[in-house]
Amino acid sequence: MATLNRKDYIKRSAIWGFIVVELAFFAIVGDVMSVSDRTFLSLDNMLLLLKQSAPIGIIALGMTIIMINGNIDLSVGATFALAAIVLLDSLTWPFMQALGDWAIPLAWGFALMTGVVLGAINGLIVWKTGVDAFIVTLASMLGFRGLVFMYNGEQPTSHLNWTLVDFAEAQFLGLHTATWFLLGVALILWLVMTKTVHGRNAYAIGNNREAAINAGIRVGPHFMLNFMLIGFLAALSAVIFYSESGSVNPNDGMLYELWAITAVVLGGTKLAGGYGSIISTLGGVIAIQLLRKGLGHIGADTQTVNLVIGLILIGVLFLDRQLNRQGKEELKI
Amino acid sequence: MAQFNKSDIGALLAKQGILIAFAVFMIGFTLANPRFIELDNVSGVIRSSAILGVMALGVTFVVIGGNLDLSVGSMMSFSTIVVLDLHDKLGPGLAIVAMFALTLALGAFIGFLVGYLKLNSLIVTLGMLSAIHGLTLTWSGGKNMDIADKSGTWFAFFGQARVMGVPVPILIFALLAVLLSLLLAKTPFGRKVYAVGGNGQAATFSGIPRARVVFMTYLLSAFCVATAGLLQASRSMGSQNTVGQGMELEVLAAVILGGASLLGGSGTVVKTVIGVLILGFIQSGLLLVGLDFYVQYIVTWIIIILAVWLDVAAKRGRLWSPIA
Repeated sequence: MATLNRKDYIKRSAIWGFIVVELAFFAIVGDVMSVSDRTFLSLDNMLLLLKQSAPIGIIALGMTIIMINGNIDLSVGATFALAAIVLLDSLTWPFMQALGDWAIPLAWGFALMTGVVLGAINGLIVWKTGVDAFIVTLASMLGFRGLVFMYNGEQPTSHLNWTLVDFAEAQFLGLHTATWFLLGVALILWLVMTKTVHGRNAYAIGNNREAAINAGIRVGPHFMLNFMLIGFLAALSAVIFYSESGSVNPNDGMLYELWAITAVVLGGTKLAGGYGSIISTLGGVIAIQLLRKGLGHIGADTQTVNLVIGLILIGVLFLDRQLNRQGKEELKI
Repeated sequence: MAQFNKSDIGALLAKQGILIAFAVFMIGFTLANPRFIELDNVSGVIRSSAILGVMALGVTFVVIGGNLDLSVGSMMSFSTIVVLDLHDKLGPGLAIVAMFALTLALGAFIGFLVGYLKLNSLIVTLGMLSAIHGLTLTWSGGKNMDIADKSGTWFAFFGQARVMGVPVPILIFALLAVLLSLLLAKTPFGRKVYAVGGNGQAATFSGIPRARVVFMTYLLSAFCVATAGLLQASRSMGSQNTVGQGMELEVLAAVILGGASLLGGSGTVVKTVIGVLILGFIQSGLLLVGLDFYVQYIVTWIIIILAVWLDVAAKRGRLWSPIA
């Protein structure tokens, strides 16, 4: 990571170039076709876009570290749903209601703790059994979803707390609460990945696990810590989102893992591990949300969005390989 | 640190663990509720597993070839919607032909990207999962599809009829399983799939056209998906756009449970069928014993991890991971 050559700079800035192209395209096409009476490039619209990026975005930031490790986490959607249920349900417990507004931080704590525990379960299994993270988290995706259904059957869990809603809808310096969390998490993780030993180890392990072990890095605990981190972030994402919406269906969060992985890959992180950046993932998240909003703005059906995002993902993969022919992109599972 | 000896019971357990687990489950559920083993229940379970099973057969080839296919769920939705929509426009026969052609075209596209362009299969099929879902919604306009005249068509044959007392989905599943098992085990093509998945570079050096073999595995997978879509459409005679959503991961779970390694190069059709049946019987058994439906998710979770763990442990000769 120490020396970046020109090609790396091009690849790193590619996602931001893509975002600029998207902005220009949707603004111009929207104007020319005048399909919408709103302007796309308005400040309000952009602020809203950032807010809407937050739920997937926060998860994708955590997924970046997991993928730099050379692992993957398919269970985040289920973790998201379970944390949301714990959040909303815990607010209705009798002793919590007696606490008044003090119940809120406690409920947040319970929900976040849920995420950390689920992540720890994944991490511990990956560490101790040596079964690949793809399989472990594929299975726990089913298992955690089972826990979600266990909680409340197929009924939605609802609880609206107006203090929470006010908090989630608040704006500080123009940015929504969710946006602040997204940017805050991005900043912290960026610092972790670029300035700390943990971050350096993450790249080292992803690059060459054997060498990392030989160099004395304790790979197992490192994995576990990262899985706890992504569990925490999935729960944080749920906490922020459901504070506002106040109702969670047992199927919520399904396919979130795939959206998060899409954002991470768009940001240029390699599945094989050892390469990737938090800031680029943030770019990937914004690019996807921009695409969703922009296509809606120029009057495309929502169904077209899925088609376009899928094709862009494949296109990015193709371009990336053309740029980097000698690279080792074989999937290491 | 348990060391496995070749002659050890542990090795046997690890090698045939999945079969032993299957037997234990069957006996356990039968003891708990004798209805479990009755013909009606058994045939019901296999019948409802048939759609998942047919898809898993195709994915087995893809996985043995060293790739993944996460697009089978949305591809199945696509086939189902297309055949239902075309049924009323073209008649059942042409609708089925057109649906198979379109699904195979999608499979060929994925096969081209992964085989000839050598793109990462996980991301390609992830992208196709999303893209095909979009395609399905565009085709249907987001509406549910229904066959207008449900009783006046022979289309229901595939999903609902019985031949000599056996439900047709079971027959189709069994027939495909036998054919594909022979294809994988007894033909040069099957050996090439193992070679490509086991060591792609070595396969290329020994003159095996890697790209074409990978391409064919995806075509085969698409064929199985189209068959599954046909069964699904014919069984329900109407469908939502999201009928196959999430099935890609269930299919993969069945294939892994059957012992195919995601690294490629190992697995068999028979083992995949066992994987599918285990998932199906556990689901039915837990319900018959009186447990809620979500328990099956939790049990599946534990079983997959135990199965793969035993497999991995047997290969490295020790139970716990060497990761520090």
